Amino acid sequence: MDAPIKRTGAAPRALMLLLMIYLLLPLMATCIYAFARDWQTTVLPERWTLEWFGGMFKDLRFMESLWNSLYLCLIAVAFSLLVMLPAVFVITVYMPRLESLMKGLVVLPYAVPGVVAAVGLIRAYSSGPLNIAGTAYILLGAYFVIVLPYMYQGIRNSLLTVSAGPLLAAAELLGAGRMRAFASVVLPNIWPGVLVSALLSFSVLFGEFALTNMLVGGQIQTIQVYLYHRMGESGHLASAIAITYFVFILLLSALLMKLGQKVNGGLKR
Amino acid sequence: MWLGLVPFLIMVLLFQLIPVLSMLTGSLKPASGAGISFGFYARILQSAYYMQAIKNSLLISAASSAIGIVVGLACAYAITRFPARTRDRLLMFSNMTSNFSGVPLAFAYIVLLGSNGVFTLLFKQWGWSVFGGFDLYSWSGLVLVYVYFQVPLALLLLYPAFYAIRDQWREAASLLGASRWQFWTSVGLPVLSPAVFGTMGILFANAMGAYATAYALVGGNYNLLAVRIGSLVAGDVVNQPQLGNALAVILALSTLLAVFLNHKMTQRARRLDAAFVAGPRPVRKRRRPPRPLNAAAAVAGKEEL
Repeated sequence: MDAPIKRTGAAPRALMLLLMIYLLLPLMATCIYAFARDWQTTVLPERWTLEWFGGMFKDLRFMESLWNSLYLCLIAVAFSLLVMLPAVFVITVYMPRLESLMKGLVVLPYAVPGVVAAVGLIRAYSSGPLNIAGTAYILLGAYFVIVLPYMYQGIRNSLLTVSAGPLLAAAELLGAGRMRAFASVVLPNIWPGVLVSALLSFSVLFGEFALTNMLVGGQIQTIQVYLYHRMGESGHLASAIAITYFVFILLLSALLMKLGQKVNGGLKR
Repeated sequence: MWLGLVPFLIMVLLFQLIPVLSMLTGSLKPASGAGISFGFYARILQSAYYMQAIKNSLLISAASSAIGIVVGLACAYAITRFPARTRDRLLMFSNMTSNFSGVPLAFAYIVLLGSNGVFTLLFKQWGWSVFGGFDLYSWSGLVLVYVYFQVPLALLLLYPAFYAIRDQWREAASLLGASRWQFWTSVGLPVLSPAVFGTMGILFANAMGAYATAYALVGGNYNLLAVRIGSLVAGDVVNQPQLGNALAVILALSTLLAVFLNHKMTQRARRLDAAFVAGPRPVRKRRRPPRPLNAAAAVAGKEEL
C-alpha cells in the first residue's frame, strides 16, 4: 500500500461498529425468529426449532412460487442477452455516434420508478390489439426494461476492454465472415463480463416486487409476492422464507463478486 | 448490420416508449369525448386526499434523504479513515445488507418493532414508556424503515467524494491557523457539496418511488403517492385508472427532476476536479483512490424495485 499507514481513530471505529449493528439488527431478528419456537418477552427465544423451515419446503405453494421466480427470471435474462448482445455490439463497434442516444434510452428505466412503469404498461396492454395484461408476456417485457441499464453497461464495458473493433477487423482480415468473427472471436472474449451482468440482472429481478405485484400479482406468484401474502398469516414461516431468500441472494452476490474479481484480475495481467 | 438492432428497438418501443406515451395521453384525456384536457390534474389539485398523499410522500422522502445524507456523511468520513482493505470489506458488508429491502425489510421491522414486535414487547416489560408512543405503521415508522435502505446507498455514493479533499489542504489550513471546525465549514463541506446534493437527488428519487416497503408495511392505511397509484390502477377494485395515470406522471416528474439534479451535480463535481488537476500538481501522492465498485453501485442505485 502506498498510503501512509495511520492508525484508525476510536471515533471512526465506534461509528462503523454502530453502523454494522444497525444494518444487521433486522436481519438477525428475522433469522432468530425463523428458528424460534416462540419468542415473546425474552431477549432471546427459550426454545428453538427447525419446523418452520420444514413447513416451508412442504408447502406446495412456496415451491411453486420459487419455481415461478426462477424460470421467469432465467427466461427474462436469457432473452435480454439474446436481444442486447447484437444490439450493443452493433452500436459500440459500428455506430459509436448513436451511443449517446442508446444510453439515453437505456438509463431511462433507472429514473422511472416501477410503479410508474406498471401504470403505463397496464394502460397500454389491457385492451387493443395486444391484450397481454396479467400474463407472463407483459411481465417478461417489463423485466427486459428493468435489466436494460445493467445489461447495456456490462456488455459495453466488456466490448471496450477487449477492444472488440480491432479484434473483429483482424478476424475479418484472416478470412472470417462477420457473423463467424462475432461468434467465435468476440463472444468468447467478452463472455466472463457478460456473465457477470447476467447474474447481476438475475439477482435484481429475483428481488423485484412492485412491477410483479401490480402486473401479474393476482395471476402469477413469485417468491416476493408469496412472501407478501404469507406475512400476515404466520410470522415464523415468513421469517424462514425471508431468510432463505436472503441466503440465496447472498450466495448469488458472492459468486458475482468472485467472478467480477476474476474478470478484473484477468484484465490487469 | 442494422438487423442486430431491430429486436432491441422493437422491445424498447413496445415496453418502454409506448407505455410511457400511453400513460401521458391517458392522463391528458378528458373523462368523455376527444381532445386534450387537464381535468385529471385539476381534480388531483382540488382533492385534499390526493394532495395529502403527495405531501406525505414528499415529506417522508425529504426526511429520510436528509437523515440518510447526515448518517451517510459521517459514515463515509469514518470509512475513509480505515486502510483500503478494511474499507472495501466494510463497503461490501453494507452492500450485502442492502439486498435486504422491500417486502423482507418491512417484515423484519414488523418482527422488531411491530405491535407484537420483539422490542415492543421487551420495552413494555421493562417499563420503558419512552418508546410507548412509537408506532411503526405511522410517519415516524416509515421514515425509520426508509432510512435503513437510504444509508448504505448514501455511504456508497458519498465516500469517493472524501478523496477529493487533499491532505495538503488540511495541513495548509492548519498552518494558517484554522481550526478543524473552520477547515470543514470553509473548505471541506464546500468541496463535498456537489456530491452531497447529487446524492440527495438519488436518495429522494429512491424514496419517492419506493413501493414495496411501504406497501408491505402499511398497505392502504397510510396515504402515500406510490401506494395510492398502485391501488388506483391495479388494486382489488379498479375504479379510476385515469386518475392513476395523472398521479403516475406527477411521481415520474418528481423522480426525473431529482435524478436530473444528480446529473447536474456530477457534471459540476467533474468540472471542479478538472480545475484542480489542471492547476499545479500536488507534490505528494494522494491517498489511494477508491476502486470503482461498479456492479455494487448499480445494484444499490435502485434500492427499491
